[in-house]
Amino acid sequence: MALSLEEVRKVALLARLQFTEEELVELTSQMGDILKYVDQLSELDTEGIEPMAHAAEVQNVFADDIQQPSLPREVIMENAPKHDGKYYRVPAVLGDE
Amino acid sequence: MKLKMTDSTEQKNGSLPYEMIIGLEVHVQLKTETKLFCRCSTKFGAEPNTQTCPVCIGMPGALPVMNRRAYDLAIKTALALDIGIPHFTKWDRKNYYYPDLPRGYQISQFDLPLSEGGKLEISDPKGGFKTKNVGITRAHLEDDAGKSLHDEASGKADTRIDLNRTGTPLLEIVSEPDMSSPQEAKGYLTELKLLLTYLEVSDCNMQEGSLRVDANVNLKIQNGNETVYTPIVEVKNMNSFRAVERAVAYEAKRQYTVWQETGLVKGQLPKQTRGWDDSAQITRAQREKEDASDYRYFPEPDLCPAVITEEEIASYRATLPELPGAIRKRLQGDFDLNPYDADVIVNQGQGGVDYYEELAKECGDGKQASNWFQQDVLRKLNESETTFAEFSLQPSRLAGLLLAVQKKEVDTTRAKDVFGVMYEKNLTAQEGMKELGIEQVDTSALSDLCKMLLEKNPQVVEDVKSGKKQAVGALIGQAKKANPNVNPGEVRKVCLDLIEQG
Ligand SMILES: [Zn+2]
Repeated sequence: MALSLEEVRKVALLARLQFTEEELVELTSQMGDILKYVDQLSELDTEGIEPMAHAAEVQNVFADDIQQPSLPREVIMENAPKHDGKYYRVPAVLGDE
Repeated sequence: MKLKMTDSTEQKNGSLPYEMIIGLEVHVQLKTETKLFCRCSTKFGAEPNTQTCPVCIGMPGALPVMNRRAYDLAIKTALALDIGIPHFTKWDRKNYYYPDLPRGYQISQFDLPLSEGGKLEISDPKGGFKTKNVGITRAHLEDDAGKSLHDEASGKADTRIDLNRTGTPLLEIVSEPDMSSPQEAKGYLTELKLLLTYLEVSDCNMQEGSLRVDANVNLKIQNGNETVYTPIVEVKNMNSFRAVERAVAYEAKRQYTVWQETGLVKGQLPKQTRGWDDSAQITRAQREKEDASDYRYFPEPDLCPAVITEEEIASYRATLPELPGAIRKRLQGDFDLNPYDADVIVNQGQGGVDYYEELAKECGDGKQASNWFQQDVLRKLNESETTFAEFSLQPSRLAGLLLAVQKKEVDTTRAKDVFGVMYEKNLTAQEGMKELGIEQVDTSALSDLCKMLLEKNPQVVEDVKSGKKQAVGALIGQAKKANPNVNPGEVRKVCLDLIEQG
């Protein structure tokens, strides 16, 4: 399955990644190769086999609804590029909520 | 754009030139102590960013674990909405970037939601619309995003982000586009909220964001021989059921006007999102998120699927309380109530229903109990801002008063005074009556009183003799002044008898 340059451009935009035109061309061929590699799986006959929803054969893992301490605000905010000690600060987001 | 408003009488006659098609998406916050995938508190109103941890702010490597109670409440709600529970369900990542979604994806459910295909019966005892079943497409369990505080004034300053809400468990309940008027939309929401309240799965507080509604609206228009549909618009930002009603009505008129002007129909425009502006009472176009519909769902690798057996579903079903629709019907059957009265009682919640039923059983008259419940009990309850469980005048004590009225020991008007004193001083009905000096007025005393009144009011006697029986009403007030314990009906009867006897 080949990938078009436009598709790669769109995926990059959705992932908020910025590339030069040369990089986009290179990525288009690289991503195409990856898809081709994975595509080999379609050679398998999967007729009558139930699709798998999860790689691990584990189900029904739950935790009890009992509160545990959250992280202190000053600790949790340490990684933020910008904050005022109370809120994270991000460039103005206009329009809807 | 100037809108030609259709007046409401036209709407009542069903002569609108179009039919509305309304579907509702309701997000309810499930009543848990902790978030869906971590054990941070979900308590409303905390200091910003004090209820977060590596899981809910999306730190790499942090792993989500499903909250048992949230899952239980979701299954319970789905069963109450008659929704089928598939034996297998899984969660998916819904990818989009927004500053209040630090992970870059919401954990939601795409193709295998935990429930599909149910219904909710809605009705209006006042007759605003006909009873109907609204289909429920699906209900699924997902986590909420955080809160953005925009700089409304200049729009230039930073947006502030509070992530306390991030990860709060939400049940999204999606209806079929089965509603065809703003009244039906409101009816659906009211009934859904009542059901959720009876189930005790959510606080349903719109102000605190624990219940949110989006509406999908479009029109079916008969244009000569062809039927056309206007493009679907999703209306957001409605902060009350009343606002939903108004927004939907406004949106229908707007779409009709736009269609008249442009002729654009469904399929010729992408789905649009509009926000309800409550102060201006209009909907406004919202800026679309770029490629918003391209969420690139894929199975959430960090969460296990959930499976459920028929036996487990049955045991969930066994925990369901009696639901509002069933209680309404039962009250009408057991106590001979009309649909309107049954509805008022059920709308008070489980506590109100319990109170009413005990009162009706103890006094033996469902209609009388319903009148007292709706007028006196509800008024006192509202005045004292208390709950049925805390209300000091419990039904067994009140029933004594209703029985006294039935036995004509006290008339209804006077009984209202007794109710007041029973409540204020914590008395039984008999004590209350004694407190107010209410005792049976014996026949001879009543007769003497009436004779005296007739002598003092010869004009009344003349009027009655010339056929104006209602003239005797003037005497009742005087009789009550002379003796507050007299029964107005009896005064009337004795006076008329005396006049007739000459
Ligand atoms: Zn957390």
